[in-house]
Amino acid sequence: MKIHEYQAKELFKQAGIPVPEGKVATDVAEVVSIAEEYKKPVMVKSQVHVGGRGKAGGIKYAENPESAKILAQQILGMKIKGLTVKKVLVTVAEDILSEAYVGIILDRNTKTPVIMVSSAGGMDIEEVAAKTPHKIFKMSIDPVEGLQPFQAKILAYKLYRDIGQVREASDIITKMYNLFWEYDASLIEINPLITNQSGRVIALDAKFNVDDNGLFRNSEIEKMRDLDAEDPSEIEARDGGLSFVRLDGNIGCIVNGAGLAMATMDLVKRYGGEPANFLDIGGSSNPQKVVTAMKIILEDPKVRAILFNIFGGITRCDDVANGIVAAFEELKPQVPVVVRLTGTNEEKAHKILKKVKLPYGETLDEVVKKAIELAGIAA
Amino acid sequence: MSIFINKKTRLIVQGITGRDGSFHAAQMKSYGTKVAGGVTPGKGGSNVAGIPVFNTVADAVEKTKANTSVIYVPPRFAADAIYEAVDAKIELVICITEGIPANDMMKVYAYVKKRGARLIGPNCPGLISPGESKVGIMPGNIVKKGNVGVVSRSGTLTYEAIWALTLAGIGQSTCIGIGGDQIIGTNFIDCLREFQNDRSTKAIVMIGEIGGSDEEEAAAFIKKKLTKPVVGFIAGRTAPADVRMGHAGAIISGSSGTAEDKVIALEKAGVPVAESPTEIPDLVKLLLSGGKPIFKSRLKPKLKKKSSTAAKKIKTKAVKKKSMVAKSFIGKSK
Repeated sequence: MKIHEYQAKELFKQAGIPVPEGKVATDVAEVVSIAEEYKKPVMVKSQVHVGGRGKAGGIKYAENPESAKILAQQILGMKIKGLTVKKVLVTVAEDILSEAYVGIILDRNTKTPVIMVSSAGGMDIEEVAAKTPHKIFKMSIDPVEGLQPFQAKILAYKLYRDIGQVREASDIITKMYNLFWEYDASLIEINPLITNQSGRVIALDAKFNVDDNGLFRNSEIEKMRDLDAEDPSEIEARDGGLSFVRLDGNIGCIVNGAGLAMATMDLVKRYGGEPANFLDIGGSSNPQKVVTAMKIILEDPKVRAILFNIFGGITRCDDVANGIVAAFEELKPQVPVVVRLTGTNEEKAHKILKKVKLPYGETLDEVVKKAIELAGIAA
Repeated sequence: MSIFINKKTRLIVQGITGRDGSFHAAQMKSYGTKVAGGVTPGKGGSNVAGIPVFNTVADAVEKTKANTSVIYVPPRFAADAIYEAVDAKIELVICITEGIPANDMMKVYAYVKKRGARLIGPNCPGLISPGESKVGIMPGNIVKKGNVGVVSRSGTLTYEAIWALTLAGIGQSTCIGIGGDQIIGTNFIDCLREFQNDRSTKAIVMIGEIGGSDEEEAAAFIKKKLTKPVVGFIAGRTAPADVRMGHAGAIISGSSGTAEDKVIALEKAGVPVAESPTEIPDLVKLLLSGGKPIFKSRLKPKLKKKSSTAAKKIKTKAVKKKSMVAKSFIGKSK
């Protein structure tokens, strides 16, 4: 799960990491009153869960409340990579003398947290990594021993020479590391970490991603979830215990297992169709899950056909079949539904499905081809 | 012969009195696995399907001489369950549980490694050596004893591949699901090494998916160390970037972890990559009979550009993209 910059900065502030003074606003009048309150030039920063906000025109400098008003009118409601800006963070603009980068990620290869620093801050760090990898310094931290003070110092010395700034930076890095563990983060990034005219080291931006699997013990993070920023169908799916991602195509896919769901989508594409979604109904096969799955997919007007691909292991095919029958009664789908149910209790499932008389695919390839064919007819 | 588990495997089931634990304990026992005991704190002295239940793993190991453990406990207790098993000198721990926080797993992994134990999973379906032993949740009726090793990051997709092999008359030595999480105890290379050393395994099927770089590293290992033929499959060719596709580990981060990169890496290592799980058996047969497969990722640029220099350029570009530094970044910075 991602949290917004203003929320991440709130966590930074609580942890003692210096951030520019700022407040979040949802309308133009609020932006103006914040700018008036600060009596200084401000930054108006869109709060959306995508990178490249600056490039897209979603982060602007305002000399005074009047220009803050004009910028707020532009930014609030604009679309950045398909997401509508509904909130802006208004912060006091800082004078920037230098820009650096600090990030902590969970590194899959070393199976440790890795801290990265670079004096090339303020730029897309992936680009820095691709073009000038020598400008990035990485350190793997022993997850059991934790970050040692000397390590934080080594990292800070990669960015600053002045001992005062080194101390400030190593303090910031240590606090970031502690936040990483406290909130089950998978990524914490400050880009840029700046020095201002008075020589202070300040986190000008904040990116904070947390591991969904850790949310059960981080209720304050769960409360930060921005339901406005999410696809309503994805919220509905999560509440229903399903794993769902909306895509652009017209073939709805209902599958058990993430790997098989991806493979099914890939085959849809291979045989000339476009998948409308990724959907994994999970291991247990509560018939209600099937009804929810079908309901979510039918909400998408682009969908021309739905395919079920179930390989029963723990999932029992008869449960899924009961779900399909219930979904037909409840939702009366107007698009063709093609089914393949194989594995545990397959025979029972086929008997149950006689009630709805659906086109059937014997194999994975067959069910996909049939769905594409019927989608063509339906279109 | 087989890898990791065989007739000598003596298993304890952690979380045996739970819904999944009790169901699968009975399933494993009826398959022929030697299920020596189970563990649920507070339920010691009872039994599940005739299997004695103990309060702690240490008790269970002392009384049953078990050498392997399988874990079905809920995510918030699962990391502790792994520690407990390893501390009780269990050599092989298979963790089925999905949803363990990755940060917990970093510490668990360090501990398991220090103690010299092996962890498979978490978030995996377990493994099965047909005719010998089954540990986990894989359905026993889809496998057939034979000479092909199967290793996969997925669950049901693995069943699909195994079933396709079995239908084609191709049996398996061991089928293993290593798990869909970011931090897992046993990776592709560990399994490939075991299959290489296992005399009963003649060919290997490796099923990967988007996210991370395990498949690329496995490809490099195959090129260097493996003499047995390998057939690949990669799920997630149509997955968008920066979105988690169900598995915590199945996410393309920025430009790293894409299916395309993995397919190219595997084919460069001489591993043909099937486009559908149903193509896997034919590729296995082809390689076992000494035939030459077609490497599709090598063909495509040539067909498009009709000039070998253009094809070369595309290849070098693809290699550059996979620089180690770029790969370790999660997401793009702003």
